[in-house]
Amino acid sequence: MSGFLSSSIARKVAMALSALFLIFFLIIHLAVNLTSLFSEEAFNQASHFMGTNPLIQFALQPILIFGVVFHFVMGFVLELKNRASRNVNYVKYNGAASASWMSRNMAISGGVILAFIVIHFLDFWIPELNTKYVVGDMSGYIEGTTNYRYYEELQHKFASPVKVGIYVVAFVLLALHLMHGFQSAFQSIGFNNKYTSCVKSLGKWYSILIPLGFIIIALFHHFNH
Amino acid sequence: MNLTLKIWRQKGPQDKGQMVEYKVTDISEHMSFLEMMDVLNEQLVAKDEVPIAFDHDCREGICGMCSLHINGEPHGPDRGITTCQLHMRTFKDGDTIYIEPWRAKAFPVIKDLIVDRMAFERIQQAGGYISVNTSGNTQDANAIPISKHNADLSMDAAACIGCGACVASCKNSSAMLFVSAKVSQFALLPQGKVEAADRVRNMVKQMDEEGFGNCTNTGACEVECPKGISLENIARMNREYLKASII
Ligand code: HEM
Ligand code: SF4
Ligand code: FES
Repeated sequence: MSGFLSSSIARKVAMALSALFLIFFLIIHLAVNLTSLFSEEAFNQASHFMGTNPLIQFALQPILIFGVVFHFVMGFVLELKNRASRNVNYVKYNGAASASWMSRNMAISGGVILAFIVIHFLDFWIPELNTKYVVGDMSGYIEGTTNYRYYEELQHKFASPVKVGIYVVAFVLLALHLMHGFQSAFQSIGFNNKYTSCVKSLGKWYSILIPLGFIIIALFHHFNH
Repeated sequence: MNLTLKIWRQKGPQDKGQMVEYKVTDISEHMSFLEMMDVLNEQLVAKDEVPIAFDHDCREGICGMCSLHINGEPHGPDRGITTCQLHMRTFKDGDTIYIEPWRAKAFPVIKDLIVDRMAFERIQQAGGYISVNTSGNTQDANAIPISKHNADLSMDAAACIGCGACVASCKNSSAMLFVSAKVSQFALLPQGKVEAADRVRNMVKQMDEEGFGNCTNTGACEVECPKGISLENIARMNREYLKASII
């Protein structure tokens, strides 16, 4: 973490690269989950593949976890350093006059996403690990049957209106995080040129459509179980 | 017009300081903000009170000396101007105006509204120059071909007057807009390319050591900069820095 990563710009770039990786991951994650809207069979197949493929489980998944942890640890480190760089605050500070709410509150939207990720892990990931590696059942079947368990479990998870509410709120904050973050990541890695207006509109579409997709999935299974 | 002013008063670097309320009357809407401050100071002197210390020099928007955080924004609510170019017609009769110094750990208050901006000088000294001998044997400027496009971009970057409004407006007190303007003005020209890698590394190192915060691309600096320095310069500095560090 010292050396190269002790400079402000290097940290920014590392932050941006981890964020771009997460942006890519969300596309894959949404694509898999979207199958659950159309076909129980397809969702079960996709989930079983993602959950048992060794390359995904033992190479990509650790990278993903490292990416998430790196991103929020670095995010909070930067936030604390940045706060410390103004030791006396303004009596009157009109931040809204020159910058968007999203850009000024990345730590708040990020904090909500982090809380969500913890809940999400307790919901899906920890039980998965338990079934597969503690109990040792790699079959992916509902106990005593030869039917896949994934779709069944998914519907069960979204039964509670409170949980669906938490999901919706978290994804709205993810949208706000990305509305600033998407284009910010490109600026951080030094990408600001004639394509920047495309990056900005792509970022807007991405930050609305991806969270909206997750919200639709949560609501769909809440009302359809 | 008559105004209520809430102004930061601080006797010296060690003093705690506080906001003090003043009333000024009969201010002409054609006055500049600094002239309004002059009127207030004359009133204070007439009453045997200590006048308010504030920075100023050219009073025509080119030196970068005047500062003041006015109603929550550096150089006040108008865009593309310094405080000496801010006219009182921007305000309404009866307004309350908050006047504070730039706030950043790297810009400590010296007195009242004056802050120490030597951090910018030290960043400049770390690399904001080209090492050419200009005594007697200077080349003709046109001997080195430069594309019009780059010459324009370099000129735009060189418009930075080092006022520090970018730092003052930034929620992170980041100096990246200033430093990137100084890095860019040279990086875009052949004369500057020779020392480009050392320049960007040393200037960024000095910037970090001075205790400025880290850019999160909020864009506040670009909006508040009196000289319209663009965020593209920050992206260019990041590219230059990566090139200098990795390659
Ligand atoms: C784990 C919870 C998260 C936390 C606590 C968090 C926190 C932060 C913070 C504080 C920043 C601002 C730092 C900066 O701009 O330099 C940031 C930037 C960013 N975040 Fe997150 N974030 C989280 C999750 C995510 C996720 C899931 C994504 C995307 C899928 C994401 C995408 C981004 C992007 C694109 C940026 C901008 C990077 C840049 O400006 O270079 N974040 N995050
Ligand atoms: S970049 Fe703009 S705001 Fe910052 S010091 Fe230069 S002129 Fe002032
Ligand atoms: S006094 Fe010189 S720019 Fe305002």
